[in-house]
Amino acid sequence: MTDKDRTRNLATRVAELHPNPAAAVGRSAWPFVVGILIAFALQVGVAPMLGDFYADVLLDIGVAIVLAGSLNIVNGFAGQFSLGHAGFMLVGGYGAAMVTYYGSIKLGWVPADAQEVAVYGGFMGAGDLLFLASCVIGGLVAAAAGLLVGLPSLRLRGDYLAIVTLGFGEILRVLVQQTDEVPDPAIAADASAWYAIGHLGGASPFTGLPSYVSATPWQQDASGNTPGHAGIFFTFVIVAILVICAYRLKISAKGRELLAVRENEIAAEAMGVDTARAKISAFVMSAFFGGVGGALFAHQVGNVLSPKELGFQKSIDLVIMVVLGGMGSITGVVMAAAALTLFVELFRPFAEFRMPIYALALIIVMIVRPQGLFGIKELWDLGPWRRHVIPAWRKIAGGWLIPRHEERLPIAIAKRLSTERVSSEMPSEPDPSERDPSEPADKPADEPEGKP
Amino acid sequence: MNKLVQTFVDAIAVGSLYALTALGYTLVYGVLRFINFAHSDVFTVGAWVSFTFATAFGWAATGSPVFGMPIILLLAMATCAVLGITIEALAYRPLRRAPRLNVLITAIGVSLFLQNVGQLEWVFGNAQKSMPPLVEDRSLFTVAGVHIRLVTVMIVVLAAILMLVLEWLVFRTRLGRAMRAVSFDERVASLMGINVNRLISITFGIGSALAAAGGLLYALKYENVSQPADAKWVLLGLKAFVAAVVGGIGNVRGAVAGAMLIAFVELFGAAYLSPHLREIYVFVILIGVLLFKPSGLFGKAVVEKV
Repeated sequence: MTDKDRTRNLATRVAELHPNPAAAVGRSAWPFVVGILIAFALQVGVAPMLGDFYADVLLDIGVAIVLAGSLNIVNGFAGQFSLGHAGFMLVGGYGAAMVTYYGSIKLGWVPADAQEVAVYGGFMGAGDLLFLASCVIGGLVAAAAGLLVGLPSLRLRGDYLAIVTLGFGEILRVLVQQTDEVPDPAIAADASAWYAIGHLGGASPFTGLPSYVSATPWQQDASGNTPGHAGIFFTFVIVAILVICAYRLKISAKGRELLAVRENEIAAEAMGVDTARAKISAFVMSAFFGGVGGALFAHQVGNVLSPKELGFQKSIDLVIMVVLGGMGSITGVVMAAAALTLFVELFRPFAEFRMPIYALALIIVMIVRPQGLFGIKELWDLGPWRRHVIPAWRKIAGGWLIPRHEERLPIAIAKRLSTERVSSEMPSEPDPSERDPSEPADKPADEPEGKP
Repeated sequence: MNKLVQTFVDAIAVGSLYALTALGYTLVYGVLRFINFAHSDVFTVGAWVSFTFATAFGWAATGSPVFGMPIILLLAMATCAVLGITIEALAYRPLRRAPRLNVLITAIGVSLFLQNVGQLEWVFGNAQKSMPPLVEDRSLFTVAGVHIRLVTVMIVVLAAILMLVLEWLVFRTRLGRAMRAVSFDERVASLMGINVNRLISITFGIGSALAAAGGLLYALKYENVSQPADAKWVLLGLKAFVAAVVGGIGNVRGAVAGAMLIAFVELFGAAYLSPHLREIYVFVILIGVLLFKPSGLFGKAVVEKV
């Protein structure tokens, strides 16, 4: 086969993959739509059924998933062991807190004599939009910090990187502790940005934040106002975005670069992976979602945003979730985050035994199953799921809703191309085993970026 | 002038404490090539074990006899040596051939375990306790108007003695030669008839005993022991680790030099710049050293090969 034939065939095949741009957009958007619907159902249907206590637990689980899932990108996919994730939370949390606190005041939503900033507007009203904007801004500020921390990762690996990221988190914490206390709304009205950065509350909490992230928005306070907003909805929308982005990253060429860096940096470089770029982009992505998680944490009812809360211990909690769930497994980390958060609540009377048990679990998992419970696999990659759940579902619903790449990672795409498309629709082609398998494998992997 | 001398004396004392801890990091790194995250917790256990023994002997109220301090020192060092050897045998030995990341995570697990078990009510508890005065609190002599406390002199002298013993052990004995051989090439060393597992155990024991001595001296200097999971211990361990890295990890003499450097930068920075930013000075040094000379000031550069 000549080169010309090969390129023509490739183009034909890509065109066949996208016969209709609108359908392609629909196909890539439906997971987000489903995610939003699930989040809505959790807030409106499930949370009232659970009751106040377990609704709060559900909210905690959502926030934990965002935080652990974001850490999984850098620790799991790229294998860059970061112990400073609480630092990104801190940057994102304080960034978002400044946006909602000063934003609410400067927009004139706060009465002149108010002591603190309350939530403003109805569901998806101006207040909620400001809060969502603050999440994005917090994430972006944290991403900038991630870029900064990613730079040392170019020269350091393993233990040293862990120590430097840990040191970075501690430096941020100490810097925030040096600031002065948060001004009252009356003073904050004329505060400059520079003044605001210098007044983050020091060692004491950032007080007076509006609680946009509340599990029970239906609860009324004494004066008949509802003090919180639909936190479960917001949190799980962000969970959906994170999980979908992480999954698409993992099955894309970019994600495989990260996995290659994690497995063997020198080999990855020899195969043409730009390891510096891969590592830094992993840090930036992870930090962005860590910052968004920090923003959620900051506005959550019952949390205090203080440097003490966001120290080394918080980073370790997240690392435990990622390691137990399986470094690189999204479903594993989601399940570990949910299970560990639930355990904390269920075993509150035995709170003092929580950390010793976690620590023992960590040691035992490392000795018995070093890759974590799920390893790098997703739930549907595991044997029991493939043997029982998928066949059962096929009987009920045919091929519907079975993940496109259920076979395993993007190799599945290559297989699909070479078997389904080539052998069934182009029977005149010569033996498919003669073609270069790497070529068709790479092209569809870029597909999310190439879409209109 | 007064302030200068005071800071100088403090820096030497604190540097000695850092050095005792940094030696443990460096020894373990030398033979196992990994950072023992749990080392700072062994230091903490050393301080708490000293406190527990001193209280049990009833020296909290009355003060101790002259031989009190050496007895406590030996007890603490022995306890921690056993602890270190146990940790190595249970947690690290099964992972001898595992990837470094797994060993690192295990070490973090051990560190968490020691902190949080220590914090339990029936172990050490989670309150700060005041250390029984094993050393008489009096000034020994005066330099430029600054009173030099007996405990400060004791810290420096004792640390110096321990470091000289270690120096002799590593560079003048068969055991030390075996240690250096394992550090150089574990497989060839085992072919030459060195029992590598036993040697690693001994190394952990020595490192932990030094940390215990550091813990006792620390408790005596500050006259109290914070609860085992206090951030203070973590930071102290980090500083000692930074000292080991700055001196070139795996290098015994470098660790002492690095500890002194860190202590001087930290204390002079605290005295003359801002007392709140002590951690920042240390980490800036760490990041600077790692970025520009990752093998440390006295370490050999290692080129990574396939």
